[in-house]
Amino acid sequence: MLLMDKEEGAVATPREPVAERRPVAEAPTKVADAAETDRIAADTVGDVTARDPVICVRGGNVHYGETHALRGISLDIGRNEVVALIGPSGCGKSTFIRCLNRMNDTIESARVTGDFRLDGQDIYARDTDVVMLRARVGMVFQKPNPFPKSIYENVAYGPRIHGLASNRAELDDIVYGSLERAGLVDEVKNRLDEPGTGLSGGQQQRLCIARTIAVNPEVILMDEPCSALDPIATARIEDLIDELSQKYAIAIVTHSMQQAARVSNRTAYFHLGRLVEVGPTDKIFTNPSHKLTEDYVTGRFG
Amino acid sequence: MRLTTLVLILAAMTLAAYFVGRHRALAIGGTGTAARRLHSLPRYYGYFTSLWCLLPGLLVLAAWAAFSDTVITGRVVQSLPEALRNQPEAQLSLALNDIRNLAAGQMVDESRQAEISVAADLYNELRAISQRVLSGLMIAAGFVGFAVAWTRLRPQFRARNHVETAIRLALVAASLVAILTTLGILLSVTFEAVRFFGQVPFTEFLFGLTWSPQTAIRADQVGSSGAFGAVPLFAGTLLISGIALVVAVPIGLMIAIFLSEYARPALRRVVKPVLEVLAGIPTVVYGYFAALTVAPMIRDLGDRLGLDVASESALGAGLVMGVMIIPFVSSLSDDVINAVPRAMREGSYGLGATKSETIKRVILPAALPGIVGGILLAASRAIGETMIVVMAAGLSANLTANPLESVTTVTVQIVTLLVGDQEFDSPKTLAAFALGLVLFVVTLVLNIIALQVVRRYREQYD
Repeated sequence: MLLMDKEEGAVATPREPVAERRPVAEAPTKVADAAETDRIAADTVGDVTARDPVICVRGGNVHYGETHALRGISLDIGRNEVVALIGPSGCGKSTFIRCLNRMNDTIESARVTGDFRLDGQDIYARDTDVVMLRARVGMVFQKPNPFPKSIYENVAYGPRIHGLASNRAELDDIVYGSLERAGLVDEVKNRLDEPGTGLSGGQQQRLCIARTIAVNPEVILMDEPCSALDPIATARIEDLIDELSQKYAIAIVTHSMQQAARVSNRTAYFHLGRLVEVGPTDKIFTNPSHKLTEDYVTGRFG
Repeated sequence: MRLTTLVLILAAMTLAAYFVGRHRALAIGGTGTAARRLHSLPRYYGYFTSLWCLLPGLLVLAAWAAFSDTVITGRVVQSLPEALRNQPEAQLSLALNDIRNLAAGQMVDESRQAEISVAADLYNELRAISQRVLSGLMIAAGFVGFAVAWTRLRPQFRARNHVETAIRLALVAASLVAILTTLGILLSVTFEAVRFFGQVPFTEFLFGLTWSPQTAIRADQVGSSGAFGAVPLFAGTLLISGIALVVAVPIGLMIAIFLSEYARPALRRVVKPVLEVLAGIPTVVYGYFAALTVAPMIRDLGDRLGLDVASESALGAGLVMGVMIIPFVSSLSDDVINAVPRAMREGSYGLGATKSETIKRVILPAALPGIVGGILLAASRAIGETMIVVMAAGLSANLTANPLESVTTVTVQIVTLLVGDQEFDSPKTLAAFALGLVLFVVTLVLNIIALQVVRRYREQYD
């Protein structure tokens, strides 16, 4: 692949030509271990680039202490694109998206190397302002985590700390607008003063999405946003993701392959810290190129 | 038979009952796979029989300890000559004391020896009888209990349920000890306080502005009749506790924030226990630190600034007390700040909040109920604190808000009222109980509020 930099080269030795690697993929029937994955998935299959990339990652590596959690990942996320990250637990999907807004900074032992860019700017450059970065790359977490404040204050939190509104009327507009775009405004408009923690799980998650879009980000990262929700709430969030993709680039980690198939344009399959295969969602689910991907999406393991 | 021997015999019987009961269970239930016919494991049948052996014996012993002396004394009094028996209560109890002493072989007044020696002999005789009766009853009760248990042993008998009931009752009894002690203290303090309020009006005590508890002991003595207005004491207590909280709350809170948000885990592991040592230092040590180091320092500093500072100032005692209660605030606050879920922090960071914004706007509000709980606990500790104020705050009951003056507190006055020889029917002594009651109620209320607040907070994230 053209995109490899020295970081990835250091990890993936010895590198095999793609043509020679293919036949190997027929052999394993059980879950590939780390060494196996290194051997058969050192290079990502498929096109990691996006047409109009807002996020560009080349040779991203993450170590947690001694553990090498992310091994030479290269992936683009384009504007108005939904990229689904799938793979078995512990494969590095969450670690990857947490690199994009430097959430891994809050973990003491985490060490990130490689080239991560947002609109061409180096995310990990010394002079990058983490605060501004996170305002541009918003995040929705696995478990709904509204602050123990009122619904209004939950959404107003971001605009307040970033000084996005100069008076109360503007703040009101931002809050209403965000709740509206998150599809929550009809349910909560009469009780904006009530605590956000009193909402149902699905409403809480939409509140967290409203909170995220209130600061007007360019990219929204979603870390299994529906894993704590029932099917109806999940469907609402998925509709919402669809609408949000008109305006934002979205990277969503999910354990539900149906969800990935429903909401995403492209799908990336991670395995033990490697990005095994990436491609249009249709292709990944109907005609995966790599044996590991095929095993996973056909439910043979994972 | 000596009491220790008796108890040892009962213990041996209990042990034997265990093995017999267990053996019996195995016999009726069969061994190996057949043992499954038993409802409970064989050892539960052993526990069951041994409990039925032990508890009746202990019950007999308890009843004996409670009633034997009353019964014996009653019989001895009955046997006394008319003249002795019809004495007033106090005289009679003195005579009984003499009888007991004589019975124990000690010397008593020669002149009385003759008339009470018969009674003393009777006393000894009755005691000997009662000892024998006790021995017999205890062993018999053990055997009877064991026999009853034995007859109930069947394969379907639910021995485990019975044993578990007994264990549960034992646990309940253990917790009752603490509750009953508290109730007992409260009742005795209340009782004495009511006696006090019989002599000094309740309103004068609560609202009076003068505290001067020295009363004349003899009617002809020159001296004050005493003034029991406790307001200066309450004010002094509030002043010193207030100073302590002003010191402890900001420092404790900042320590908590530093430890939970900024310090590395390794540092936190070291610093937190070290801080908690502060709470473990005996308060008397704080006391002389306050009296000999801090108070003179404040006075000298005041002199240099041209302020008139009493050598025993509220400020000195309050400062040291504040240092003492820092760990209450810091440790509890640190715990509740740490209990704020990581998701809450990440949510805030994920929106681009800085660390300080996250702490100020998300973490502290979320942890506030718990922090308030910690502060209230620290406050109740400060109000009840005695040694530091005894040594450093002085005794004069000034009604002042000036921290540079000497004030006194409720606890200090309780100590001074009860130190030395006292008669227990003068308002001076009884005042201590009234003060104690006030202190008890205030700290109890603070504790209840604090625990309530902390509990409500806990529920939120479980």
